[in-house]
Amino acid sequence: MESHALQIQDSAISGAVKKSRGPLLTPGARCALPVIVLLLLGFAAPLTAVIAYSFAEPHSFNVFSSFSFANYAEIFNTENTVWMSFLWSLSLAAVTVLMLSVIAYPIAYGMVYVFGRWSGLVSTLFVFPLFISENVRLYGWVLFFIKNGVFDGTLNLLGGADAPEVLYSPGIILFGMIYTYLPYMLFPLVLGLSLLPRDVVDAAKDLGASRYQVWREIELPLAMPGFMIGLLLTFVLAVGAIAESKVLGGQSVIVLTHDIEVSFTYAQNWPLGSALAVLITLITGGLTLFMLFKLDLDRVLGRK
Amino acid sequence: MSETALMGVSRQKLLLDLVGVRKTFDGFNAVERIDLSVMEGEFFTIVGPSGSGKTTLLRMLAGMDQPSEGAIYLRGESLNDMPANKRPTCLVFQSLALFPHMTVGQNIEFALKMRKIAPAARKERALELMRVVRLPETYYSKNVMKCSGGEKQRVALARAFTYDPEILLFDEPLSALDYKLRKTLEKELKDLHRETGKTFIYITHSLEEAMVMSDRIGVMRDGRLVQVGTPEEIYTKPSDKFVSEFMGEVNIVRVRPDGSGRYKSEDLAGSFTVNAPASTDGYVVIRPEFLRFLALPSDADNCLTGRVHNEYSLGSRVQYQVRVGERMFLVEQPRRQSFGGGDVTIGWDAADAIFVAE
Repeated sequence: MESHALQIQDSAISGAVKKSRGPLLTPGARCALPVIVLLLLGFAAPLTAVIAYSFAEPHSFNVFSSFSFANYAEIFNTENTVWMSFLWSLSLAAVTVLMLSVIAYPIAYGMVYVFGRWSGLVSTLFVFPLFISENVRLYGWVLFFIKNGVFDGTLNLLGGADAPEVLYSPGIILFGMIYTYLPYMLFPLVLGLSLLPRDVVDAAKDLGASRYQVWREIELPLAMPGFMIGLLLTFVLAVGAIAESKVLGGQSVIVLTHDIEVSFTYAQNWPLGSALAVLITLITGGLTLFMLFKLDLDRVLGRK
Repeated sequence: MSETALMGVSRQKLLLDLVGVRKTFDGFNAVERIDLSVMEGEFFTIVGPSGSGKTTLLRMLAGMDQPSEGAIYLRGESLNDMPANKRPTCLVFQSLALFPHMTVGQNIEFALKMRKIAPAARKERALELMRVVRLPETYYSKNVMKCSGGEKQRVALARAFTYDPEILLFDEPLSALDYKLRKTLEKELKDLHRETGKTFIYITHSLEEAMVMSDRIGVMRDGRLVQVGTPEEIYTKPSDKFVSEFMGEVNIVRVRPDGSGRYKSEDLAGSFTVNAPASTDGYVVIRPEFLRFLALPSDADNCLTGRVHNEYSLGSRVQYQVRVGERMFLVEQPRRQSFGGGDVTIGWDAADAIFVAE
């Protein structure tokens, strides 16, 4: 009898213990807690604020208390110029990415297969400029291309001819972007190509593939993960580029990021700036997710 | 090449002829002036330890490396300027080098796709080859990286056969597999050789593997071909100490003539009867199965006295380690024997031992 009572008590206790354990987090969740809090405060909260602002009344600070699509309407209103900067940013980014893939592929190929022991030096040369602020490097190019600058002056000295005026044009903006983002395309590509086993290329040749066939059937598909990371990285960076158009382009072209900056500062139109930010986030975010679905990250990181 | 080696293949036509082939990498001679003839339909195996230059030799045959000197002739025509994708050779890599982004079918069909063969014909050929290498038909659309080691091996084999190359080159393709699977595939490879009638040139560091499969074997060391011959010749008449050691566990005694027709060893007592062609310094090679325990010292031409140090069961036979002075001798017997722990006498007949000159 006594023992029976004891048993009941026992099970009651164990039940209580189980219950009190229930709401406690699993070890995994507990470890993730700091990161979750950080992401909520530092990422989700500002993003929510920006999204909320994008639906606020134009030229107001009535966030969460008003709702309107006017900001989005303004972006797509062809009487305004905002849509143009949107288009400029997207097309400049697209052309940059396209040019970069054409420029970076041969360099990456060289670094993996041709340069041999010099490839370390070559990659250092490409990394080195990254230690200097982007703005400083861009002003350096201004000094190079400006009238009576390094380029013009040297030409004058040598042959008396004037250098063509290239500053403050869309072309020089593109040049600046390609220059700035080259490493971000180059290194993922090097990674992609270096994951390509030499034997596999030899086997393809042995089975009768020509150089072009080896490239199309073996090299490109196997280097694709690295290539896609490069494309993604440079596109996202290039869409958000602002310094190139300001410093080299001299505002000959107004890019999207510039419009966003103006909306939040001089124009004091936070809702419009927010709407622009939300749109561009949707575009780049959508692109990123799409790429990541297609991409096998395990293979890129050599875990397969 | 000895005459008996040629006799077995004399009715066949000469296919490959290597004349003074040499390969130098940064001043290092990987392959040193090799002269070799391979007959049509032959299974020729090159054996050697790692770094002996056998892979380099194979890559030169495949056209992936160019000889620094000398020439390779295929039916009398030089192959030197012919790139890998034009040669009638196909290499099965040690790493297999399967295309990881393709299915089993796409891997096998690759050579045909490169030759712009219609998809239907390609598939038909791929399925035919999959039957030959015993891969189930359902594997056609399977991701090749999801196959097991043995299956990958079969895919690599089928892929090499697709476009009907005359010469198949194998670079230790079985080395990564476990023992049982390797044994199975060795036999299948030999069957495949017989069925297709193609010329196989095979590389391995295992002489055992070479013995099972080959018509002829070439033993390589430091970039040179030390001996070329049939498996039997290599086994019974190794040309030097290196080849005999490479054959597996053997007892080797360094001997020199004592002037009276017999031979002496520096670290063993007594003198020995040796079947040597001339009176020179050399090595006596005695296989463990030719050493036996003697009841009387006069039961064999030569004898030694020692103690049994250890015994191992090899399954079908028993191997004894016998300590004689400072040396160990290996004796293999079909059945276990018991020894009282005292001295034993081991011996061999001169006819069973091999003499190789220094």
